Amino acid sequence: MMFLAEASAIDDLFSGYWLPLVLKALVVVILFLTVPLAVGYMEHKVLAHMQARMGPMEAGAFHGWAQLMADGAKFIQKEDIVPEAADRTVFSLAPGVALVPYLIVLVVIPFGADLYALDLDIGIFFVLAMSSIGVLGVLMAGWASANKFSLMGALRAAAQLIAYELPLVLAAAACVMLAGSVSMIGIIEGQRDLWYAIPLFPLFIVFMMASVAELTRPPFDMPVADSEIIFGAYTEYTGLKFAFFLLSEYGGIVVMSAVAASLFLGGYLPLPGLSMLPGPVWMFGKIFALSFVIVWLRATFPRLREDQLQRFAWIKLVPVTLVWILAVSVVKVAVK
Amino acid sequence: MTDAQKEQGIGLGLLKGLAVTLRTMTKRSVTVQYPHVKPDLPARSRGVIALKQENCTVCYKCARECPDWCIYIDAHKESHEPAGGGRARSAKILDRFAIDFSLCMYCGICVEVCPFDALFWSPEFEYAEYDITEMVHERERLEEWTYTVKPPPALEDGAEAPEEAAS
Repeated sequence: MMFLAEASAIDDLFSGYWLPLVLKALVVVILFLTVPLAVGYMEHKVLAHMQARMGPMEAGAFHGWAQLMADGAKFIQKEDIVPEAADRTVFSLAPGVALVPYLIVLVVIPFGADLYALDLDIGIFFVLAMSSIGVLGVLMAGWASANKFSLMGALRAAAQLIAYELPLVLAAAACVMLAGSVSMIGIIEGQRDLWYAIPLFPLFIVFMMASVAELTRPPFDMPVADSEIIFGAYTEYTGLKFAFFLLSEYGGIVVMSAVAASLFLGGYLPLPGLSMLPGPVWMFGKIFALSFVIVWLRATFPRLREDQLQRFAWIKLVPVTLVWILAVSVVKVAVK
Repeated sequence: MTDAQKEQGIGLGLLKGLAVTLRTMTKRSVTVQYPHVKPDLPARSRGVIALKQENCTVCYKCARECPDWCIYIDAHKESHEPAGGGRARSAKILDRFAIDFSLCMYCGICVEVCPFDALFWSPEFEYAEYDITEMVHERERLEEWTYTVKPPPALEDGAEAPEEAAS
């Protein structure tokens, strides 16, 4: 595959090592700070209209487009409270640990055939490894808060991650098997003829479910079940640190949607006959479509109980995924 | 699993739920953007109690029936000689009629009990104040609110004629 050897478009634009590196990092950070805001605004609006409401209408004069910026400004002004019994260092580090992994994952997401910050050979492996670090931040937050509700929320989040990480990884593994590559670009280019969502449809569903569970989004939001454990691991957080956790949730939605789009929906590849639109448009379109689905699930389904959650992962998702992987490998070998 | 669930099939209910939310999203929302758009309240809304002073005979029924004693009435008696001669006729003149809306619990007993239709419910609700002591509204303000009283809604088909019309 020739394109893997090619440098990315930004490298061509500015020759050298440091300048492109800094620029790429800057672009990724800006993406990470703006796209989750757009998704958050979409969640406000979609959730509202699904409940026959309007959502934010005042901030920024036109349909409340500046609502999340106003929220951000509010969070900055709030008092930064650290509980007296809390482990101050861990407590303060936790939001960063939850946030940064998703930012790092965004580095290897390609937005076009030559539009990426970094093309790692171990692409999807790196993505899955990084995206499961986030829960460590939640665990740190819960442990350091010196609050039993926080601890319970954190342990639930950890248990949930362990349960749903397996179907997530197995679903991704099936894509890797079909593509014969672990590089993100390799997997996307393997979908030139057929998006993997079609032959691997059940795994696509499993991957989306597991992503939603890993992000602890409804209906898998037992770790932040407000009616029993307040807000789980985030209970004691205020101000900017709390905002970091929120940003990591929405950043997580963007990143997991981007990963799902790359694995199953052909990433930056256009629909047949619509190739006049450039790759990034397709990539963002797919990211927002999948984010919409995640919001849609939140608007529709009630929260699962903790035992239902675990049961669902271990005795439904994992076997389904394993059977499908077996089928994929048989077909792959037979076709060869 | 109940029989009904078995008949529905696994996951069909989930899809139905998704369809409901998606359909709701495509419809116009029912929200009224209140400060920009005034709500169109029904005629029987219990917003505020209005007083039509010329109907009031100072019988004190409202003040006495009020469960939290929020109606203040002061009056004096005036007598005047009839033109044709005879015993002087006396009439009560209303000096003060005030309702303390910081105490009022909007039960409507005063409106109900008034024998001469001097008290009315008005849908008007924008009379918040910055100080609780300013929630006592005097008769001039109460009179103004009578202009916002809406005519009662038309009776449904086949409903009994109201007592007033029958008598």
